Amino acid sequence: MNWEDVVRESGKPMEWPYPVRYGVVNDVDVDVVVLGGGPGGCMAAISAARKGCTVALLDKAYPKRSGGGSGFDHWLNTPNPASNITPEDCVEWEAVTYKGYSNSLSRYIAAREAYDTLLEIEKMGAKVRDLDDDFKGAPFRDEKTKFVFCYDYENRFQFRVWGATFKPAIFNECLRLGVQVFDRVVATSLLTEGGKQGARVVGATGINMRTGEFYIFRAKATINAMSCHQTSWRFSTESIGLDMFKPNITGDGPAIMWRAGVELAQMERSRAAVPPGYEYPSYGTGNWWNTWHPASMVDANGKEVPYVDAGGNVVPVEERCRPRPGQKFIAERSRDPQYSKPTMLPDLADRIRKGEFVLPLYADLAGMPWYERKVIWGLMVGNEGRTKIPVLLNYAAAGFDAQRDMLQNYFTLSGEPYPSMDATLALGPYRMEAFGNGGEVVVDWDLRTNLEGLYAVGDAILAGNYYYHACATGRYAGRKAAEYALKLNDAPSIDTAQIEREKTRVYAPTERKPGKDWIDWKELRFAGARAMQNYCGGLRNEGLMKTGLKWIRDIKEEHYPETYASNPHILLRVLETYNILTIDEVILQACLARKASSEVLGHFRQDCPEIDPPEWRKWVTIKQADGETNIGELPLDFHGNLAGNYEAHNPDYKGYMKKKP
Amino acid sequence: MKNEKTQVDDHGQKCYAFPNKPTPGMPVVIDETKCTGCNKCVNICTTDVLVANPEKGKPPIIVYPEECWYAGCCVAECPAPGALTMRHPLMMRVHYKNKETGEINRV
Repeated sequence: MNWEDVVRESGKPMEWPYPVRYGVVNDVDVDVVVLGGGPGGCMAAISAARKGCTVALLDKAYPKRSGGGSGFDHWLNTPNPASNITPEDCVEWEAVTYKGYSNSLSRYIAAREAYDTLLEIEKMGAKVRDLDDDFKGAPFRDEKTKFVFCYDYENRFQFRVWGATFKPAIFNECLRLGVQVFDRVVATSLLTEGGKQGARVVGATGINMRTGEFYIFRAKATINAMSCHQTSWRFSTESIGLDMFKPNITGDGPAIMWRAGVELAQMERSRAAVPPGYEYPSYGTGNWWNTWHPASMVDANGKEVPYVDAGGNVVPVEERCRPRPGQKFIAERSRDPQYSKPTMLPDLADRIRKGEFVLPLYADLAGMPWYERKVIWGLMVGNEGRTKIPVLLNYAAAGFDAQRDMLQNYFTLSGEPYPSMDATLALGPYRMEAFGNGGEVVVDWDLRTNLEGLYAVGDAILAGNYYYHACATGRYAGRKAAEYALKLNDAPSIDTAQIEREKTRVYAPTERKPGKDWIDWKELRFAGARAMQNYCGGLRNEGLMKTGLKWIRDIKEEHYPETYASNPHILLRVLETYNILTIDEVILQACLARKASSEVLGHFRQDCPEIDPPEWRKWVTIKQADGETNIGELPLDFHGNLAGNYEAHNPDYKGYMKKKP
Repeated sequence: MKNEKTQVDDHGQKCYAFPNKPTPGMPVVIDETKCTGCNKCVNICTTDVLVANPEKGKPPIIVYPEECWYAGCCVAECPAPGALTMRHPLMMRVHYKNKETGEINRV
């Protein structure tokens, strides 16, 4: 039943079903606190616990399925015994594809340790091999190890895995190691020495989203595993959840970092997107992207829509996951001809308009070799997030049979959750925050931020992306944070005034009455999204962005202080809204600071029309000091010598890539 | 004929001044004859679409349906077969075509 049924049955409004404990304080003392319990956060907690630290892990939800918990399908960029690909190769394709705007530092760390991480998670109980011999004889299977691969069947460094088994296994290991789990506790701020912005981090505060009680985590080391910012441009007051990214990724991480004086970079990066609420179930339409690659496509009359390689040659189904002659390897998301996979014709939309292909298109799994059909519909769709129950099982229950039926594609009709081939979309107001590889926290070779005692993992890292990267950097940052914490003798001291200030901020929405105009968090978020669409959309200039910044600040300063929270759940939504508005301000300031247009960053300025001028090939950094915004810059190759730096920072690490002493 | 004074309709139902519910209204449908009220779905849901029934052992209540992300974790976690069904809202239902017969159906 829903709330309306309850009212009908009982004749009265429903009371909040959990105890409400606003202002009740819980003190937690640990060596390491991990903020965010996705795969990266859990791996960090495991790593720190194994080093002998006491660890607290907090998460907005229950970490068994939170973060990337419902599943994933491919584990990328992993040198392994079935492949000749090196960590340098794994870094190279992204650096080339994104013209230097990729974080080679964290990518290199991840590639060095991804195979060790995968085997470790396998030991925890996740399924990473075809032990049931479902794919025996398939060209993507390594018969010796029983690993199955995707995208490039010759170079074999991108694994297909049963990702829905990962998160429960990883979380279970956290519990087994005695990690103290605080589920439904959301971090609200970092605690710093003396309460000062930019000082050493000594823990964090949090709030329980069901009871509203307050948490003080005192810790020697703190790990930011709170993902990225995702919801600045797109919001629907009704279909909040009908979006590609989880509605609970609201940029709490970067907003909290920003308030504490942590250095962020690349916050001006974004890309075109479809408006919210227009999606079909992710991976639940016939398509040729990502999870569904290399699904055969046909038009309404059964005419095949060909795959072509970067040279324009038609590629038959057997060759779609093999490099073309002379190509080094195929990398999953690369659109650079050096690494791109065969895909649909680049002018497909035009050809459809001219009648060469009749709408709608369909994915014809039935016409594919058995192993491709079975791996797409069963392993990939079935393990990727939101596919097992919502698509694989529900579609079967509704009568869909991949051996007999073709699933309709909605791509050229718009609405498919991937970027449209319609180029005019890029000029529109709806943007999204880069789909991974976005702006976030700057880290060093210990995955430490500019603040002592604070580390970052996964998508919380500048240009972070992917499950393998979250797990490998989590495991690494947990190790580094533990090494740091274990060197300290005394627990750090906490500034009580800082805590009192945060308590006042957090509970303010519960203490006021609804304003006379009843502006609530949804209206604030809608207004913030509109400001970003209108003043920081597909085409920008200084005047526009300054107006946008003024509007966001007006919303934050005039209207936010009137926003009322009637229960702890709504309190969280109100606090998230404050964080989103905070990130909007950061984005606008970063966009104003980059006085150049950039293709990769999706930043197009009328007043600086030259695209990617050489003097702007650098990251713009942004942080607060004494409440003022400081803009800086960082060379794209700030990582320096990859192998040399990695070795220097990890002399004692043993693993697959360091078998030889 | 309606009883205008007490706002009760022909079936004895009280008529409330409900606001419009947000859309979609029911992302998961609970079969209350099968639900054991164990709250495993409530625990696993990442956005608290469902809350525990204040009455112990009773089925959970959908309070924030518009926040559902359609991951289906609640259904995967449910120990009572058939008690919980995830349903995509109508505008998201995809069509498919039988390759042999050309018959078109909808999930």
